[in-house]
Amino acid sequence: MANQQSNSANPNLNLEYRRKQNAEEMKHQVITFSMMIFFTLIAFAMVAMETISRWFIIPVILLLAVIQVIFQLYYFMHMKHKGHETIALFIYSGLTVGLITVLVFLTIVWL
Amino acid sequence: MSTYAKKQGFGATLWDFMTTVDHKKIAILYLISGGLFFILGGLEAMFIRIQLAVPDNNFMSAGTFNEMITMHGTTMIFLAAMPILLGIMNAVMPLQIGARDVAFPFLNSLGFWLFFFGGVVLNLSWFMGGAPDAGWTSYASLSIHSQGHGVDFYVLGLQISGFGTLIAGINFLVTIINMRTPGMTYMRMPMFTWTTFVVSALILFAFPPLTVGLTLMLFDRMFGANFFDAAAGGNTIIWEHLFWIFGHPEVYILILPAFGIFSEILATFSRKRLFGYSSMVFATVLIGFLGFMVWAHHMFTVGLGPIANAIFAVATMAIAVPTGIKIFNWIFTMWGGSVRFTVPMLYAVSFIPSFTMGGVTGIMLAAAPADYQYHDSYFVVAHFHYVIVGGVVLGILAGITYYWPKIFGTMLNETLGKFTFWFFLIGFHLTFFIQHFLGLWGMPRRVFTYLPGQGWETSNLVSTAGAIFMAVGVIILLINIIITSVKNVRVGNDPWEDGRTLEWSIPSPPPFYNFKQLPLARGLDAYWIEKMEGKKEMTPAEPLGDIHMPNGSIIPICITIGLFVASFGALYNMDADKTWTVPVIIIGLLITFGSMLIRSIKDDHGFHIHKEDLMDDKDKEVKA
Repeated sequence: MANQQSNSANPNLNLEYRRKQNAEEMKHQVITFSMMIFFTLIAFAMVAMETISRWFIIPVILLLAVIQVIFQLYYFMHMKHKGHETIALFIYSGLTVGLITVLVFLTIVWL
Repeated sequence: MSTYAKKQGFGATLWDFMTTVDHKKIAILYLISGGLFFILGGLEAMFIRIQLAVPDNNFMSAGTFNEMITMHGTTMIFLAAMPILLGIMNAVMPLQIGARDVAFPFLNSLGFWLFFFGGVVLNLSWFMGGAPDAGWTSYASLSIHSQGHGVDFYVLGLQISGFGTLIAGINFLVTIINMRTPGMTYMRMPMFTWTTFVVSALILFAFPPLTVGLTLMLFDRMFGANFFDAAAGGNTIIWEHLFWIFGHPEVYILILPAFGIFSEILATFSRKRLFGYSSMVFATVLIGFLGFMVWAHHMFTVGLGPIANAIFAVATMAIAVPTGIKIFNWIFTMWGGSVRFTVPMLYAVSFIPSFTMGGVTGIMLAAAPADYQYHDSYFVVAHFHYVIVGGVVLGILAGITYYWPKIFGTMLNETLGKFTFWFFLIGFHLTFFIQHFLGLWGMPRRVFTYLPGQGWETSNLVSTAGAIFMAVGVIILLINIIITSVKNVRVGNDPWEDGRTLEWSIPSPPPFYNFKQLPLARGLDAYWIEKMEGKKEMTPAEPLGDIHMPNGSIIPICITIGLFVASFGALYNMDADKTWTVPVIIIGLLITFGSMLIRSIKDDHGFHIHKEDLMDDKDKEVKA
């Protein structure tokens, strides 16, 4: 984990290193946060323009949504850190099962 | 906690079991109630076989027969096989990974009570206007038009017990991920723990589709929605998909724990480590994964088209590969081992050919064009009874015999056990082998009787005779259990003498905190490693210290009783003449949410067992 406790009783040990890590972390979060806002603005703007085909808008908005979910999971919920392998495994296997189900409904049930 | 100041008497014991959060006691509850439902389902099976023993029989009416087959299937799958397996998992898995309890003891108790009261709701239908009669699959076009409240009992009963199973699955997942003892890496976990892990993941992903399907069915039947009504724009096939997206993983939920139990038994009584352990793990995970890709093989004749049928046929046949890996690994485990034919080992050895026969007919059924011939005939009945009885039930009987000393501290009688085994095995093959041929000769499934002169009379009589053999086997098992409990001869840590995994390193039954000090697992079959180095017990991984334990609680049972009450209001809500239903729903939900509120606002930090109470003379000697 990122904030793993050090074994030493000395609180100043690795302080410099941890401070640098946290600064880096903060930078990532600010960048992703601003990108997420930017994506949201793009989504709203596309719909507001009314000139773009809906067959372009819908996939692009879905794509932006997926990217935002990834940002959320990896940067804000710390999935990019170590120790999240099991969580990732379960999220992705759940997604596989769910998406296959959706795919089947779209291909052989309703169409 | 009761173990501290033990009160005597029946009332105290009852209260203890109603409030317990100890995984070992919850396991016993699962085993007892699962066993009761197993007997109920078995009685239903006997009635079915009596009705079919001779042509043109009028032992029961067609309507009752439909209720019988529906309740037999539903009871055996949801209320007998799964709870008994969950009971064995509860009893054994925390001990195998060296944990003091499951991750969420309170939820463990809640999961049990939800299952139990769900089962009670379902079975009360017999006394309250007729049981469900649309088959255990409850296909929508049939079940929506079913008269009376039978199908409503099915929907609500399964919904409640489904919540319980889902809770149990999540609990086991968290336990295995977070609570393994030091040194117990994933690839050192015993095979039964691995199968529990994969099964819990399957429960996590498979039960939500059932919940969705049942909810849609509930809306269709009770509030006049049209999800499955083709005439009103719905689609009846959606139910079949949702049911089988759940239903196919469900059969792996049943069979994988049996695989785990047999892996333990075969290794123990061959006195060898499990052959190809890592390939066994791989095969288990792969079966779990492929289990989600094959559900439409139950629907080949629905008319999905040749491409969809081909994809699902190939995917289904692919499952034979990991299953074959397992079969060969079990055989190689015995190869060159010094095999001891105890009762569990007899079950394990007979399981391999019996289950393989079920697997072979599975491949036959997976061939989509051939399936058009087999579909809805007794061939299918023979197939799934070969995998469920020849796999799961043999696994359950083996597991109960094998783990009986660990759960109850006594050994079941070997001679009576062998009688049970032979009666059950012969009866099983006698009942179901001939049904393959009945199917090929054209006898359809789910018929309540048949006319003479079609060449089915003798075979059906043979089948019924086999069922009587199985019943005799189960009765001998019950006698065995009673005799063993009355004699009450206590046994030590490792009564089978060749125990390999951590559960055999602690007393039988284990103390309520399981491990005084968490053991250090130094490899696969951790206890065996220590024994081979001449040690009597595990090396501790921590110094002796206070142990934090959870308090018992009556709240799980209160939450469940609320849902139990509310479900009867919901059941009869659609009858115009019953005005009491809405208040009943409200009262029930108030009980449930009130209990949940109390649980949320009342702090319960559990208690500590102090180091001084844990120390015995040996520890003191070392300390002094």
